Amino acid sequence: MVSTSPLPATEVTYPDRRGRYGAFGGQFVPETLMPALEELEIALENAVKDPQFEQELKALLKEYVGRPTPLYFARRMTNELGGAKIYLKREDLAHTGAHKINNTMGQILLAVRMGKKRIIAETGAGQHGVATATAAALFGLDCCIYMGEEDTERQKLNVFRMKLLGARVVPVSSGSQTLKDAMNEALRDWVTNVRTTHYVIGSVAGPHPYPKLVRNFQAIIGEETKQQFIEKENKLPDYLIACVGGGSNAMGLFYPFYHEHDVKFIGVEAAGKGINTKQHAATLCAGEIGVLHGSMTYLLQNDDGQIALAHSVSAGLDYPGVGPEHCFYKDSKRAEYVSITDEEALDAFTNLARWEGIIPALESAHAIAYTIKLAPTLDRDTTIVVNLSGRGDKDVESASRYLKGLMG
Amino acid sequence: MSDSTTSISRGVAAITEVFRSRRQNNQHVFIPYIMAGDPDLGTTEKIVRSLSGIGVDLIELGMPFSDPLADGPVIQRAGERALRQGLSMKKLLRSIETMRLSIDTPIIIMTYYNLFYHFGLKEFAREAARVGVDGVIVPDLPPEEADEFRDALDEYNLALVYLIAPTSSEERIRKIGHVARGFVYYVSRTGVTGEQKDLSADLAENLKKIRSIISLPVVVGFGVSNPEQAKMIAQYADGVVIGSAIVRLIEETDQLPERMVAIFLRPFVDGLHDNEHVN
Repeated sequence: MVSTSPLPATEVTYPDRRGRYGAFGGQFVPETLMPALEELEIALENAVKDPQFEQELKALLKEYVGRPTPLYFARRMTNELGGAKIYLKREDLAHTGAHKINNTMGQILLAVRMGKKRIIAETGAGQHGVATATAAALFGLDCCIYMGEEDTERQKLNVFRMKLLGARVVPVSSGSQTLKDAMNEALRDWVTNVRTTHYVIGSVAGPHPYPKLVRNFQAIIGEETKQQFIEKENKLPDYLIACVGGGSNAMGLFYPFYHEHDVKFIGVEAAGKGINTKQHAATLCAGEIGVLHGSMTYLLQNDDGQIALAHSVSAGLDYPGVGPEHCFYKDSKRAEYVSITDEEALDAFTNLARWEGIIPALESAHAIAYTIKLAPTLDRDTTIVVNLSGRGDKDVESASRYLKGLMG
Repeated sequence: MSDSTTSISRGVAAITEVFRSRRQNNQHVFIPYIMAGDPDLGTTEKIVRSLSGIGVDLIELGMPFSDPLADGPVIQRAGERALRQGLSMKKLLRSIETMRLSIDTPIIIMTYYNLFYHFGLKEFAREAARVGVDGVIVPDLPPEEADEFRDALDEYNLALVYLIAPTSSEERIRKIGHVARGFVYYVSRTGVTGEQKDLSADLAENLKKIRSIISLPVVVGFGVSNPEQAKMIAQYADGVVIGSAIVRLIEETDQLPERMVAIFLRPFVDGLHDNEHVN
């Protein structure tokens, strides 16, 4: 039985006091929000020091979320690829079907401690919206979820789930009607209702202290992985692979291994229709430094500095920014970032279903796809852990449109 | 830096002079905001001349950004229209250069930090000074993040105007007072830009607090929509900003926008420049 603290054991030195990870991060927000960010930072500091907070969170994660999630040896996948030994960290088995719940549980406890009665969140594919609505229902708080109008069409099932959980879902019709616009609208709500409302950001993005806060709540993924891997293999893994949109599941897996220099980190971005087209979401691989949603990060933008539209078959990776700590990992070469096209991700989606009887989220299928490329080039003693960040039930309808051959 | 264009006082000096002279005459400063490039840059130039003609004190020109998280629906829509016209910072600066041939009213560019950062902070300051911009307002740049841009702007004596919010603590107000140039901009309520019927109840009290801490002039914006509100606010502040009500008028009118804006704003100008009125 693995028993890990829900908070990371060692605090590394990033971010600095200004919320910077090297050049990245910071607090680029309207003055109205600055006091709320200070309040949140203090609440986080106090919570970390309070054993009761840790106990409460630990109990919730165990009894309600179903942690620890298994670290599963993917035997058939490993044999098919004939190279490195592949393990899957099964975040898809967490309550609500993805890693997002780790963060919303932590943030909802903070919101309660700050006396906030109302919860808001942005969502793209709807997974973070569902996880937030779930946490709000559990604690009896008002919940309002902002979602791009186009995404509400693409992800009708998740809209229904959120409503079923008692949340109000507000379709956002401004801008590109996707995740970034939902985040704009959530920030506008927060600026207006900041005194009563906590904004649950769903990724390691946004202004400080959010990237740190979300990382710390997601670090349970890596903490568990470390212990589970040592129990099975009596060593540390050689590679950690995870998909990166905003980057919370990847950071959650990587962060507890930060000081383990022999463990290689690979973040997999969405190349959409190809990184050389304009239709991709590979921010770290092909973006430029700028400021969006409160943070200095790599961004997809045009020649004038206007934010460009991201594209991916996976709505959860469809974001033109990325968490500042990933930018720092990229520039300091602690992690390597690669990209996978829509087509490769869809192939991996099908392959994992056939090999292991596991239908991955399209987001996670990007990490699987890169593993399919990498594993055969490595020898059999090499080990890989892939973060299977979510399950694919939500994606079967949209995937069926692409995988027409299967439908006949 | 010291070429012939700097012979006319611009930047912080020009802004400071506007506030000084209004204050001396027991008047208040009136600042209209319009979105540049809405409906097109040619119309913006006409509106700016018209604003200058009716005697406004400063002009705020919004530069549209794809992700305007501090703006309400009216200004968001104006920004989308302007972006569809292909407006860029370069084009805006070129247009201001043209405006400067006919008007002298100080001009402040208001937009989000990414556009300045992308342009290059030093390059922006140099170009802005060259074409006759006097300052900038950057709603997503709190003092904690502003050092680099402020240094760049200081080199050309351009103003970096900070916002103060109803949620700002005394400590933060003091911090902002130390770094602000020209004037500070008090956001009358928590929220995004837009008109509102009633002003917040704590407005007067907050303004008194701010003015007891900060010696720079204080203007009030966000939510001001009629001359009565403007006059009421002026009792507690050095000036008033009005934005969304003008932008909405430009959106809705089927007449010449430059004429409609002048008709709409004349009562604001008259009210705020009326020195009969006693504080």
